[in-house]
Amino acid sequence: MSEEKNIAIKKEENRYYEMLANFIGPFISVIAGLLVGAIFMLSIGRSPLTAYAVLFNSAFGSLAGISETLVNTTPLIFTGLAVAFAFRTGLFNIGGDGQFLIGYISAAWVGYIIHVPMIIHVPFAILFGIITSGIWGGVAGLLKAKLGVHEVITTIMMNYISLYLVAYLAGGPLKGATFLPATKKIFDSAKLIKLMPNIRGSRLSIAFILALLTAYLIYYILWKTTIGYEIRAVGLNSEAARYSGIKAAKNMILAMFISGGLAGMAGITQVLGLQHRAYQPFGFIGYGFTGIAVALLGKNHPAGVVLGAFLFGILQRGSMQMQSIAGVPKELVQIIQAIIIFFVAAEYIFKYIAHKLKENKGGVTSVE
Amino acid sequence: MLNSMIALLNTTLRMATPLILAALGGVFTERSGVINIALEGIMLISAFMAMAGSYLTGNPWLGVLTAIIFGILVSLIHAILSISLKADQIVSGTAINIFATGLTAFLLRVMFESAGQSPSVTDVGTWTIPIINDIPIIGDVLGEQIPFVYIALILVAISYWVLFKTPFGLRIRAVGEHPAAADSVGINVIKTRYIAVLISGFFAGLAGASISIGLLDVFVENMTSGRGFIALAAMIFGRWTPQGALLAALLFGFADALQMLAQSIGLDFIPRQFLLMLPYVLTILALTGVIGSSEPPAASGEPYEKE
Repeated sequence: MSEEKNIAIKKEENRYYEMLANFIGPFISVIAGLLVGAIFMLSIGRSPLTAYAVLFNSAFGSLAGISETLVNTTPLIFTGLAVAFAFRTGLFNIGGDGQFLIGYISAAWVGYIIHVPMIIHVPFAILFGIITSGIWGGVAGLLKAKLGVHEVITTIMMNYISLYLVAYLAGGPLKGATFLPATKKIFDSAKLIKLMPNIRGSRLSIAFILALLTAYLIYYILWKTTIGYEIRAVGLNSEAARYSGIKAAKNMILAMFISGGLAGMAGITQVLGLQHRAYQPFGFIGYGFTGIAVALLGKNHPAGVVLGAFLFGILQRGSMQMQSIAGVPKELVQIIQAIIIFFVAAEYIFKYIAHKLKENKGGVTSVE
Repeated sequence: MLNSMIALLNTTLRMATPLILAALGGVFTERSGVINIALEGIMLISAFMAMAGSYLTGNPWLGVLTAIIFGILVSLIHAILSISLKADQIVSGTAINIFATGLTAFLLRVMFESAGQSPSVTDVGTWTIPIINDIPIIGDVLGEQIPFVYIALILVAISYWVLFKTPFGLRIRAVGEHPAAADSVGINVIKTRYIAVLISGFFAGLAGASISIGLLDVFVENMTSGRGFIALAAMIFGRWTPQGALLAALLFGFADALQMLAQSIGLDFIPRQFLLMLPYVLTILALTGVIGSSEPPAASGEPYEKE
C-alpha cells in the first residue's frame, strides 16, 4: 500500500472516530442521567421501569402528547441555539433567561398596542422582540469587547435586572385592566397559527416550525457565510483571527446580539403562540439555563441542539404524568438534567480513556 | 422616625448576613482562580439541609452543622469537575444550580409530601451581646441579632487575616494570579485550589443555614432566590476582598431593607423593583469602571495544566 493511501485511510479513520466521539459522549451522558434517576426512584421505593414507561408514554403515546412534547421543545431549541451560537465565538451567554423575558414583554406590547393585519403584525412583533432582546444580549458583547468585562458576570446581572424590569412593566405601566398580574391580551392578528387545530387542546403553533427553520438558518450562517466563518475563527482563537484582519470586537458584539435575539425568540413565541399576554414574572422559568444543557448535549451544533431540546422536551412533558401516575416527584427530571450536564462537562474523562486506549494501540499521544 | 431608622439598619444587617457569608466564600475561590457560580445552588441545598437537620434532631445547631457538611460536599463536586476533570467552571456551576433546585424540591416532596414549604422547625434564635446592647442606638441595631450576624462579622475579620496575613493566603492569591509561577516555586496549585473551593462550600453552607433557620424557621422552595448571585455581585463590587464584600453586602442589604420597609408602609415613590435591581446595576457599573475599577484575579476561570 502506498504511503499517501495510508495517510488518507488514517485521516478517514480519525474523522470517523471524531464523529463517533461526538455521539458517544452525549449518548453515555444521557444513559448515565437516566440511570442516576432510576437510583433516586429506587431509593424512594418506586419502580424506575414503570416511571420511565409512563414518562415516555405520555410524551409519545398520543397525538396530543406529541404535540405537548413539541410545545416544550420549542423554547429550548431557541435558548439552546442562543448558547451554542455564543459559544462559537468563545462567549458564554448565561443570560438566556433575561433575554427571554425582554423578548417576552416586547412581543406582548407590540401584540396589543397596534392593530394591523396578521401578515404585518406577527412579523413586526417578532422583529421588535428580536431587536430588544438582541440589544439586551449585545450589551454583554459590547462590555466584553470594549472593556474586557467577563460576559458571564454581565449576563447574570442582566438576568436579574430584566426580571425586575419586566416584573415592574407587567405589573405597572403595561398592566391590563383585569385582576390578572399581566399585560393586556394581544390581538388575534398577533397570534401564531396553530399547527394541529383538529387535536383537542393542542397548543402547538408554527413556533415549532420557526424554531426548526432558525436552527437551519444558524447552521447556514455559521458554516456557509463569511460572517459565520469569522465568528467561528474568533471563537477558536481570537488572537490569530485578529492577525488575519478579523475584527474580534465587532464579531463579539454581533454574536451576542444574535444570541440574545435567539433567546428572545423563546419568549416571543411563548407570548404569541401560547400565553397571548405577558404575565408578571416572579422568578425564572429556567429556559436559559436549560438551554446551556441543551447546547452542551448538542455539542454546540444546530442539529445537536434540536435533538437535545427534543430530549429535554420529552422529559419535561413526561414529568407531570410521572408524578401523578408513578408517584415520582416531577423535580426528578431536573436532577436527571443536571447529571447529564455533569457527564457532558466531564468529557475529559472520555478523552482520557480514549487517549489511554489509543496509547495501548501505539497511536498518537496527545490528549487535546 | 428614629425608630424606623433603627429598624431599617437592623433589617439591613440581617438581610446582608447571607450575602456576607456567601460573598466571603466567593472571595476565597475566585482568589484561587476558580469561578464559583454554584454558590446559589450550594446555598439552596444547605438551606434545606439546615432545616432537615433541625427537624430530625430538634437541635438547630446540628442543622447548621449538617448544612456546612453538605455545603462542603457539594463544593467538592465543583472542585472535582472544574479542577481535576478540567470541565468548564461555568458549566459545572450551572449544573450544580439545576441539580440543587431539583434535589431540594424532590426531597421536600419525599420527606413532607408537600410542595413548596416544609413544616416550621426550631431556629437558632437570637443572641444578646451584654455590653453593646446597653449602648443607645448601636445597641438597638447590633445588641440583639440572629447568631449568624455575629458569626459573619467575625468571619470577615478572620478571612481578611487569612488571605492577606498568612502564608496560606499568599498561596491562594498566588495560585489565582499566576499558577505557573506559583507552581515553579513549589506551591501545589491543585491542592490549594481544592482547599479554596471547599472553604467556599463551608461559607455557602453557613449562608444557606442563615436563611432557612436564621432569618426564618422553614425551608421554602427556591428560597435563596438569587442571593447566591447577589453575593457574587457583592464580591465583585467589593473588589475580591473580604472587607469590600462586607461593605457591598451591607449596601445591597440596605437596598433590600429599604424595599421591604417601603412596601410595608405603602411608600411607592420608587417602584420596589428598582430597589431590587440596584445591586446588579451597581455591579455592572463597577465592572465598567464608571464607579472605580474592578479587576478579577488574572487566572480566574482557567483550569491549570502543568507544562
